[in-house]
Amino acid sequence: MAKHVGERMKRVEDGRFLTGRGSYTDDISKPGQTYAVFVRSPHAHAKIKSVDTQPALAVDGVVAVYTGADMAADSVGGLPCGWQVIGKSGVPMLEPPHPPLAVDTVRYVGDAVAVVIAETKNAAKDGAEALEVDYDVRPAVASAVKAMEDGAPEVHAEAPGNLCYDWEIGDRDAVDKAIAGAHHVTEFDLVNNRLIPNAIEPRAAIGEYDQANDRYTLTTTSQNPHVIRLLMCAFVLQIPEHKCRVVAPDVGGGFGSKIFHYAEEAVVTWAAKKAGRPIKWTSDRSEAFLTDAHGRDHVTKAQLAMDKDGKFLALKVATVANMGAYLSTFASSIPTYLYATLLAGQYTTPVIYAEVKAVFTHTTPVDAYRGAGRPEATYVVERIVEIAAREMGMDPAELRRKNFIQPDQFPYETPVALTYDTGNYQASLDRALELSDYANFEKRRAESARNGKLRGVGLSCYIEACGIAPSAVAGALGARAGLYEAAEVRFAPTGTVSVFTGSHSHGQGHETTFAQLTADRLGIPVENVDIVHGDTDRIPFGMGTYGSRSLAVGGSAIVKAIDKIIAKGKIIAAHMLEEDRDNVDFEDGVFAVKGTNKSRTIGEVAFQAYVPHNFPHDELEPGLDESAFYDPNNFTYPAGAYVCEVEVDPDTGECSVDKFTAVDDFGNLINPMIVEGQVHGGIAQGIGQALLEGCVYADDGQLVTGSYMDYAMPRAEHIPDYNFDFTSTPCTHNPIGAKGCGEAGAIGTPAAVINALTDALRVAGVDNIDMPATPLKIWQALNNTKQAAE
Amino acid sequence: MSHAIRMTVNGRSISATVEPRTLLTEFLRDNLRLTGTHVGCDTSQCGACTVHVDGKSVKSCTMLAVQCDGADVLTIEGLANGEDLHPMQKAFNDHHGLQCGFCTPGMVMSALEVASDNADPSDDDIAKGLAGNFCRCTGYENIYRAVKAGAKAMGS
Repeated sequence: MAKHVGERMKRVEDGRFLTGRGSYTDDISKPGQTYAVFVRSPHAHAKIKSVDTQPALAVDGVVAVYTGADMAADSVGGLPCGWQVIGKSGVPMLEPPHPPLAVDTVRYVGDAVAVVIAETKNAAKDGAEALEVDYDVRPAVASAVKAMEDGAPEVHAEAPGNLCYDWEIGDRDAVDKAIAGAHHVTEFDLVNNRLIPNAIEPRAAIGEYDQANDRYTLTTTSQNPHVIRLLMCAFVLQIPEHKCRVVAPDVGGGFGSKIFHYAEEAVVTWAAKKAGRPIKWTSDRSEAFLTDAHGRDHVTKAQLAMDKDGKFLALKVATVANMGAYLSTFASSIPTYLYATLLAGQYTTPVIYAEVKAVFTHTTPVDAYRGAGRPEATYVVERIVEIAAREMGMDPAELRRKNFIQPDQFPYETPVALTYDTGNYQASLDRALELSDYANFEKRRAESARNGKLRGVGLSCYIEACGIAPSAVAGALGARAGLYEAAEVRFAPTGTVSVFTGSHSHGQGHETTFAQLTADRLGIPVENVDIVHGDTDRIPFGMGTYGSRSLAVGGSAIVKAIDKIIAKGKIIAAHMLEEDRDNVDFEDGVFAVKGTNKSRTIGEVAFQAYVPHNFPHDELEPGLDESAFYDPNNFTYPAGAYVCEVEVDPDTGECSVDKFTAVDDFGNLINPMIVEGQVHGGIAQGIGQALLEGCVYADDGQLVTGSYMDYAMPRAEHIPDYNFDFTSTPCTHNPIGAKGCGEAGAIGTPAAVINALTDALRVAGVDNIDMPATPLKIWQALNNTKQAAE
Repeated sequence: MSHAIRMTVNGRSISATVEPRTLLTEFLRDNLRLTGTHVGCDTSQCGACTVHVDGKSVKSCTMLAVQCDGADVLTIEGLANGEDLHPMQKAFNDHHGLQCGFCTPGMVMSALEVASDNADPSDDDIAKGLAGNFCRCTGYENIYRAVKAGAKAMGS
């Protein structure tokens, strides 16, 4: 049997996507379907004085209109937060209620006030336009820093001073002492720009209620249908879980933004029963800008203390994180356990202290976006290390080398709660420097200078914690959910296999990768394997896809189920062969008796399992169908080294990424083609964050960047030549040795780009530019320093 | 008020009655159930809805269905010949030029126009030809490779 693991196998899912036969939520129509349009607040903060639904109900085709009061009358609960952060002195975070439809107050532009349901989408739009809401507009605050000031407008009465939590990690006294005695302390203030995820498929949801069976179905654009079912049933709608099916069909990109349980999902499910009709809601892009959870939005002060040789002595970080108006599903965990725990980076910094203040503002909720906390941590660490190298007059690569955790130091316990299992940071940096021709950079810089351009080079050596995670560890840190993954591997009598996975593919290519993995382990043709995901009525209770976890956690669950299949198959085969089971080996799809030519294929064993005429009935039940849950015993720690070269045109301020070199260590790879694709996409989003994308709110809470005309997305023209390679230190604690690859590009890239840009601008006296470094900002920085010099 | 329109879609003659405000994209998706043409934005920026009208690529969210009265429309569903993918579709599969697949129909329809009179498009030709199409997944790298391979295959 041909082996598929490691092969650049073409994707099996492509056929339907390339021919327009994908089945995304908005492509699906239900018999008798109606359409929902939400009436949303145009104000960032207002009291709702009254809602008049009559003009909407009078519109031809409108079937029903519901408001927050209607949901409250039905005792519908608020949208829950899945992670409780405990702040300094044991003070738990504050969790103000988040009703799916606002009841008396709106807290961000886009907060939903009512839903109009109609026979056609146009009628629903007309109804939404006719509905009248009388608002008493109140002062609003969009910036987290301003929201902490005395007298700032209050987002929730339950959260005085707008503080959600004030959290810390690490040894503050030890850090302060190390800083006080250090040879040099590099200080750096930064803004990690707020981003809008922008999966190209807008969110959508279809609610159905089957009266005959008292059963709800929600079809939704989700990365984790079981998580949505649990949150919606248990916390919001109080539906028994077995009376609800959640289907996440083909989903057009997620990047984190489709993890969360959104108001619209609960509203269409609840309203489907009330209206007695299926209800479809599809976000338009303007709504997506306003209501998809945003990402990042940190303001940070950092200090790095060094001895005279550049050895890191201590890192101190203080961050203000914007939560937006309400706590989204995993919002609280992002700037804490997925951020500050990564501040050791790839280095042996002996003491680290971080404090994080999470703040409510009158803006869209902020939650995980590709990388989720780890890009923010990498940006702090890799920017301050680069600045430190400049201040110390050292080569940035050399300074990093001096401080790397060495290969013989693993497992390595950091001062911020994590234990890295394995890695070789020197190897990935060396390879990246070689591939990028770092040694000859100054020649290229001089060549650019001759053309009137400023060239710079920047490094970024990132680390991430993926898999999210061991449930017990996550639970101890505040997670309110388990974080395992589930799988079922089911043979059919004729030897084909269906794999039911709790992971969800929305671009990652699981139907290919998981089939490669399964086919090899079972020794069967890859075309005999079908991967089933995304439907709570078909798959076991699974936690879904985020945190680069699908292969490392979901794939490991599949392997565990396959191991059970093989163990059972061995007993069946031994019985069929009339041999001692200890003499039976399984390899490449065949159960063979050691030292003989007696064997049975796994297909023959599967047939016997379902047609059990010659079967060990006294010991086994018929069938060949096994399930497994896999709960890892640690995070995985992908890491790598990125080298970016940019060229700046000082006349226009335009910065172009000329060369980008990425060397990643993801452990073992199943399909390198798919892995490279994941990295390409992550880097593009990282370049987007560094140079293009920035979510801007006006002081009054109006979203200024509310469309693709205002929010700059990376286009084909923005993409540089990539150089790629991989190093590999396989994960030590999962059966695949895989670490996860989905987020690396977005994590490592922004620091590499801005390090390169600020290197280019150093000759002109500019030492920092906050992201996104637009041509305007760069031009202004260059001309401000020029003016100052004149 | 409704308008009667006729057009050819993927070689099939269609006649229908539509509201004047019906966009071509709505007509394709809702009336004809050709849901391969996707809608990713509301400002004609993303290009997911790109189709061909009388041989030219058009963002179908910018045209009214009534403007296509008498036109010849080609959508992603009309490209493959039975089970045989069009060379451009095949090139996207060969070069992993798609991930979530949502932007893909529009991307392929725009790529076809890039390749229509150029069997050897440069990076610059492709960047210009795809300037109106967003992909959030692939980082475009493999789309460049796919378009080059597809154009070459179409030219040969």
